[in-house]
Amino acid sequence: MTDTLSVRDLSVSYDTRTGALQALRNVSINVPAGEIVGVVGESGCGKSTLIGALLSLLSENAQVVGGEILLEGEDILRVPPRRLQAMRGREMSVVFQDPMTSLNPVLSIGRQMRDIQYRERIPEAEKSRRAATMLARVGLPDPEAKLHAWPHELSGGMRQRVAIAMAALMQPRLLIADEPTTALDATLEVQIIELLKEIQREIGCAILFISHHLGVIAELCDRMVVMYAGEAVEEGPVEAVFQRPAHPYTAKLIECDPGRLRERVTALPAIPGSLPDLTDPPTGCIFRDRCDMATDICARTAPPRVAVTPGHWSACHHAQTVSA
Amino acid sequence: MSRFRHTLLGRLARDPLAVMAIVIIAALVVMAVFADLIAPHDYTAMHMTDRFAAPSAEFWLGTDNLGRDTFSRLLQGGRIALTVGLTAVIISGVIGLVLGMIAGFGPRWLDNALLFFFDTLRAYPTIILALALAALMPRGLTTVIVVVVITSFAEYGRVVRTQTLSLKHAEFILAERAMGASFGRIVFHHILPNVLGPFFILAAMNLPVVITIEAGMSFLGVGVPPGTPSWGATLKDGFDHIRQTPWLILAGGLPLILVTLGFTFLGEALRDQLDPKLRSGR
Repeated sequence: MTDTLSVRDLSVSYDTRTGALQALRNVSINVPAGEIVGVVGESGCGKSTLIGALLSLLSENAQVVGGEILLEGEDILRVPPRRLQAMRGREMSVVFQDPMTSLNPVLSIGRQMRDIQYRERIPEAEKSRRAATMLARVGLPDPEAKLHAWPHELSGGMRQRVAIAMAALMQPRLLIADEPTTALDATLEVQIIELLKEIQREIGCAILFISHHLGVIAELCDRMVVMYAGEAVEEGPVEAVFQRPAHPYTAKLIECDPGRLRERVTALPAIPGSLPDLTDPPTGCIFRDRCDMATDICARTAPPRVAVTPGHWSACHHAQTVSA
Repeated sequence: MSRFRHTLLGRLARDPLAVMAIVIIAALVVMAVFADLIAPHDYTAMHMTDRFAAPSAEFWLGTDNLGRDTFSRLLQGGRIALTVGLTAVIISGVIGLVLGMIAGFGPRWLDNALLFFFDTLRAYPTIILALALAALMPRGLTTVIVVVVITSFAEYGRVVRTQTLSLKHAEFILAERAMGASFGRIVFHHILPNVLGPFFILAAMNLPVVITIEAGMSFLGVGVPPGTPSWGATLKDGFDHIRQTPWLILAGGLPLILVTLGFTFLGEALRDQLDPKLRSGR
């Protein structure tokens, strides 16, 4: 099976006053066609930088140090700007985290949805009809009337449906979802996840789903990538990673998931320690300071990718022991 | 009708403040446009026998020291005020809009340079700058407009720049870029409509200021040429002959007050309506 998105050895750093902050270091992620891949990690692990790089929307002080991002075989880091613009929206699109800020407040929903189709040589009425059809698909009642609505007249959940409708309107090959449920209520969260699954089935796109919420990843995704401090530390099928995590960080992350707590506790579990300084990342394993299993080798050499089962690997010297 | 209710005008029509503003402004515009038809007398005609005449059926607001009908001159003054006001606001607004968006979008050094430029211009007190420029340029409406444009476009520039800067990194702009919108499309379809709201509010608030500057310059004798019935000139005549013709002060001052109130109310009402977040119940 071919990969819709293939990120290879991507490194991105930010220029800061204290030196280059290496936000992403040799990250490789594959999103096979028609699959939903989740990226999970805590704040500061490089999720946002990854999205910025994928969409070529990194801030001015960021630079891609190396690697490539192949979208259906084309390296979007190296295509000419015109081609990149043509690919955006049509071959990949994005749903952002906060539906309250991701829609233009002064344009009606219909206007914004017609605008997205600006490349199509079809009459405006047809564009409106397509927009209404898509709004109906994402489950908005009375889609025709919604075309005349302004963003502030809709609730958060409705707006996120609109944002998904906009992202799916051009039937992209890859849909990037940047924590699309984080800003929503728990009940809406489930609905939005179901909706994303449905959209995925209908238009057959691949989805890269970014979240810090393990439960959502488990619910929605086929495969998952765990990121820590700018590195991908483990990747595999969702069930395999949850049942037999092969990286100590993943194991701790799953232990800390409040959804797993069976009894009342006064303090939620946490991983002791803090993120390493990314302007001067430690040699060896990036997680070793917070790891119970760290040994001498972890301080000396960066761990290679160890395959625990086919399609499931972990960047840990002790991967076999952890997953056992 | 139901569609009209949702248009800007429809929404303004339900705001008492806006209705008042629109009535005042409409009255002013009608008086200025049809000044020649409404005026009971020729505004230049001197009625030598009726100098310093008090208000009467013949001369509604009395006459001045040369026996000219105050009401007719007041109408003509409205024409001057509106011409200067609109021209100056449009010119300075467009300059400010363009420079502000360039500052907001351009590289850091250009932004800093333009900001420095805006601040330098704003640092000059308007009347002092007006006097200096009036000394260099021939007396006339063009000079007045130039002075007003120079002193006021920086304000538009600053507002538009701030607005553009905050929008540049807004998530919906990122979303648009991620959806493949071109630079021009983002500027004209997404940034501009978001900038125009505050821009129009500022323009409405700025118009009476401009009219007052014109009146002030005419009062000081560096505005319109002598004999031109600007409100400022009328006010000056009233001031010079305050014992004989106190009504001249009212005739020059009252319209200024009304215009300021009218446009300020309009600005307030526009702000309430153009900011989607302040907009309540449809």
